[in-house]
Amino acid sequence: MTLLLTFLTSTIRLGITLLLGSTGEIITEKSGHLNLGIPGIMCVGAACGCLGESLYTSSLDSYDQMSPLPAVIIPILCSLLGSALMGLIYSFLTVTLRANQNVTGLALTTFGVGVTNYIISQLEFVSFQRGSRFFTAALPFADKLGWFGQLFLSYGFLVYLSLAIAIVASIVLTKTRLGLHLRSVGENPATADAMGINVTLYRYAATCVGSAIAGLGGLFFVMDYLGGNWEYCIDAMGWLSIALVIFAVWKPHVSILGSFLFGGLYIAYNYIGGVTFAQKELLKMLPYVVTILVLIVTSIRNKRENQPPAGLGLNYYREER
Amino acid sequence: MNQSVNRKGKEQTASVHEPLFHIVKRDSIPWYKAWAIRVIAVLAALIICAVLITLLSHKNPLQVYKAMFDGAFGTERRIWMLLQELAVLLCVSLAVTPAFKMQFWNIGAEGQVLMGGLATAACMFYLGGKVPYPVLLIVMVLASLLTGAVWGLIPALFKAKWNTNETLFTLMMNYIATQIVLFALCNWAKDGSGVLRPMKNFGLPAFGPSAYFPNILVVAILTVILYIYLRYSKQGYEINVVGQSQNTARYVGINVKKVIIRTMFISGLLCGLAGLLLVGGTNHTISTATAGGRGFTAIMVSWLGKFNPLYMTLTAFLVAFLKRGSFNIVTQFRLNDSISDIITGIILFFIIGCEFFLNYKIVFRHKAKEAK
Amino acid sequence: MSTAVVENQKQIALELRNITKTFGRVVANKNVDLTVYRGEILAILGENGCGKTTLMNMISGIYYPDEGQIFVDGEEVVIRSPKDAFAHRIGMVHQHFKLVDVFNATENIVLGVKDGQKTSMAEAQKKVEALIDRYGFQLDFKKNIHEMSVSEKQTVEIVKVLYRSADILILDEPTAVLTPQETEKLFTVLRRMRDDGKSIIIITHKLHEVLALTDRVTVLRRGEHIATVNTAETDENQLTEMMVGKKISLNIERLEPENPRDRLIVSHISCTDREGIKLLDDVSFTARSGEILGIAGIAGSGQRELLESIAGLQNLDCGEITYFDPKTEKAVELRSKTPLQIRDLGVRLSFVPEDRLGMGLVGDMDIIDNMMLRSYRRGHSMFVDRKKPRDLAEEIIQSLEIATPSATTPVRRLSGGNVQKVLLGREIASSPTVLMAAYPVRGLDINSSYAIYHLLNAQKKSGAAVIFVGEDLDVLMALCDRIMVIASGRIAGIVDGKTADKREIGLLMTKSATADKIQKSANNGKETVSS
Repeated sequence: MTLLLTFLTSTIRLGITLLLGSTGEIITEKSGHLNLGIPGIMCVGAACGCLGESLYTSSLDSYDQMSPLPAVIIPILCSLLGSALMGLIYSFLTVTLRANQNVTGLALTTFGVGVTNYIISQLEFVSFQRGSRFFTAALPFADKLGWFGQLFLSYGFLVYLSLAIAIVASIVLTKTRLGLHLRSVGENPATADAMGINVTLYRYAATCVGSAIAGLGGLFFVMDYLGGNWEYCIDAMGWLSIALVIFAVWKPHVSILGSFLFGGLYIAYNYIGGVTFAQKELLKMLPYVVTILVLIVTSIRNKRENQPPAGLGLNYYREER
Repeated sequence: MNQSVNRKGKEQTASVHEPLFHIVKRDSIPWYKAWAIRVIAVLAALIICAVLITLLSHKNPLQVYKAMFDGAFGTERRIWMLLQELAVLLCVSLAVTPAFKMQFWNIGAEGQVLMGGLATAACMFYLGGKVPYPVLLIVMVLASLLTGAVWGLIPALFKAKWNTNETLFTLMMNYIATQIVLFALCNWAKDGSGVLRPMKNFGLPAFGPSAYFPNILVVAILTVILYIYLRYSKQGYEINVVGQSQNTARYVGINVKKVIIRTMFISGLLCGLAGLLLVGGTNHTISTATAGGRGFTAIMVSWLGKFNPLYMTLTAFLVAFLKRGSFNIVTQFRLNDSISDIITGIILFFIIGCEFFLNYKIVFRHKAKEAK
Repeated sequence: MSTAVVENQKQIALELRNITKTFGRVVANKNVDLTVYRGEILAILGENGCGKTTLMNMISGIYYPDEGQIFVDGEEVVIRSPKDAFAHRIGMVHQHFKLVDVFNATENIVLGVKDGQKTSMAEAQKKVEALIDRYGFQLDFKKNIHEMSVSEKQTVEIVKVLYRSADILILDEPTAVLTPQETEKLFTVLRRMRDDGKSIIIITHKLHEVLALTDRVTVLRRGEHIATVNTAETDENQLTEMMVGKKISLNIERLEPENPRDRLIVSHISCTDREGIKLLDDVSFTARSGEILGIAGIAGSGQRELLESIAGLQNLDCGEITYFDPKTEKAVELRSKTPLQIRDLGVRLSFVPEDRLGMGLVGDMDIIDNMMLRSYRRGHSMFVDRKKPRDLAEEIIQSLEIATPSATTPVRRLSGGNVQKVLLGREIASSPTVLMAAYPVRGLDINSSYAIYHLLNAQKKSGAAVIFVGEDLDVLMALCDRIMVIASGRIAGIVDGKTADKREIGLLMTKSATADKIQKSANNGKETVSS
């Protein structure tokens, strides 16, 4: 029972990373941008958050002086800023300079991973290891409610915030004019443009907001899931997030389920007894194999309502003839 | 009446805000201008990188670039290292090119190289010393090429049959390949370290002026062959038609599925070759870092070289130079080795961005002529 | 009469002065002046490629002029984007509709409008309903665009512009895709809007529509303004002369078919798309040698699928396609053969598809490589032979007078007429026994169009069975020996080209739609079927 609970809570915490990543990518893709730079952006989001925490702690005399609010707010702001900046680079190249989206995305990932490794190599790990506890602090009454409390209430605030972000994103996309306009930009930019919608602005904004959300996912992964330790596998989280978008058929609320499923698969090898180290390596394939199966199944079913935005991957130039 | 309108128009002109410039598509651009723009872009990128390096290391940027140049060309050994890096990167780039020309976004070259390398390592591990060397060699070559090909073929089959998204499919195949390599290493490295000791005796034959010479020769020949294949063969023509328009291909009776499958087979095969060269020719062992991100860099090399093997030699050279050069900066100035990724990224951004100026031009608006 | 009203008010709604626009080396518009009054319908008349659409796109904010000034209600304005255009109450209905397929009508209509509503559509729907009532449209605004007929989509476009309270409406070739009956309805609506005080600009190259509908005509030729005249004071001949620049006869030759033999018999073919909708429904007809068979119908009624079925590009559910060899008179079955197999059977079938650069040719390849598309497989060598295609390219450039810098120019850089000549030239080069052409003159100027008609006639004369899918009923009636009308994938009827009546064809075009009760325009057809 406890093992199951640990498994489920870890699943949810890992799933939140993927949820933020895929929600960010969905918002971006809805504007017609296939951003393959998300893995790099999530890395940068994490690194900038850590940088923020470091900067904050270095302004203090000792780690004991850390107070919750700045220890949380500063990294989050730095993370959002850093990843939005990456989105800005991507948008500038693809929207303003009309560069190929796939190539730009891949270059951004290379760049992002490089920047991340550099930043991390310059930082004291202690600062974000110490800062992590403010991120993971559970609701005060969680431990009084037994398994219920542990399963639903034992997480840091970012978990609940992320769920809210996904749900709000879903509502905005489907129910509001803002979402209508964004979807029209991704479906048919020429039409959106002819209707007086500022395609450039929408694409820039959606990409930067999407990147910021994905970057927050990177920060969450380090500060909450890893408990302030650093691992060089955030880009894998980014790629899985992109794959999740197809699984979620471009709907953030579906992505919630998908994220938890993939999160579970990703850590399942730790919870299966009686396997050797070598076999564990094979079990780690699980999320990737399932992703491939999902890709195959969705492509076979191929329904009209499950299609990507019609303008995905295409740059728009108004005076194209 | 007409006059009054006219006057009113004149008064208005001053207050009306006209856009300063607008963007126009170019018809065509002479080749020398195109190359001038590219060179300017690379220079601009190098200046930005210099500023960055100076900020991070507090060293004179000229010194830094000299160190970079030294790293690439400083000694004969370094030149061979540079050529070796160029050869392997170019090999992977050549491998992905037919697929990209067909608009098949194969970002799984990393995995295909790794699987090819794994097959080589497996042959060396299990057959090395047990069968005559020539037999080992033949089995090793065939095994690595075929394994790479199969790894490329799997996503192609699904793409051909159900139009399954190949970008993510090939990407996931990378991770699966990585796990398979880890699995193999767990079994092979009995000490539990997960590191396989180099099996120097069972590699590819070495000849010529340097240990790297065979690899370089193979890739040079491959470059020419692929150039001819893409430009002059019927299959190359089919790849081009399918890439430009699947509808046209269908219309003239090209079997699109067959072309996709065949091309990805070739693509995977060549990735397998790259794996063979890496494991059998230089490393004599395998790890998850064997492909070293070349599968992704290759996409940019290929795209920036306009899918032309001859231009790709240039772009691959640029990237290889950056890599070897920044490696030297890192050791000489004790910088973090991620600097090389950052520099490569920045230069790629500039080259990608400069394409805009090849296709479009900015026109500053003439003062509006007054109506008569 | 409304012209009298215009005379009295003569209030200028829109004025263009000295507008110039270039694309690369191509001058699309040169020093164009234009005046539009309130409460009038103005035609912009000109051949394809004369810069009509470019000029209007500058008013609606799609393009930005290189030079010149635009005045709305006497005040100079700068229109940098469609948003600016809407702010000056200018709206345009583009020829290729600007609609989002997966949205419904209301969503498309309110797209981009700032009405203070963040989420609710109720207010917008009320306003849309009011507009629909006021001008007498027929529209189900809950329907998704991809389920709509062409005329319904056009209605959405017009309502969309009106919803933005546009006073100046521009319509680009609005009748190109409509039946004669739908056209008449549209004109009624447009007249109602004019009487409401709106300025309407319609872009067209159809003279009879200009004369039937408009108050004044502005003629453009090669990007320049030629003249503006009152419709009442002009006639077809004068307009043609202004449009083309010289006197040309508008008669298309129709030769008597020589020794017609059955070349292709299509019997009872049907096919369905992935969602189970019938694209072709029990289609049967015969194409004869030395004859041009015209196919008329609303766009998307199954014309493309029919030709692709014959060419071996469509999976059929049932039916047969039988080809008779001209020499041996032996029957060859073409169904469920690939284009390659059809070729290997010795069937010389040529096909000029509707989508020239997306299907018939490869835009980024040069003329030589495009010539090779059909023939590159020849020979056993692994390598392609570029010698023969080069000769063919040179020959076609010569004989069809294709304007191109060289045979190595990518075809995408050529003008529409020249692209079509490259395609048709290649398809004719194999001296086909069956030649199928879908909308071969779409977007071409008059001279190029006549060159194409001439080529088709030459093929007919040399004994090919020509199948010609057209949209201009006047052309179909002048060129074809027989006209087959297709409606919703069914053959609605086959009429003789010489005795055909435009109204009759128009009614046939909507015929089976009535039977299936799919379309809203059913009422119109129902009366005639019963009568």
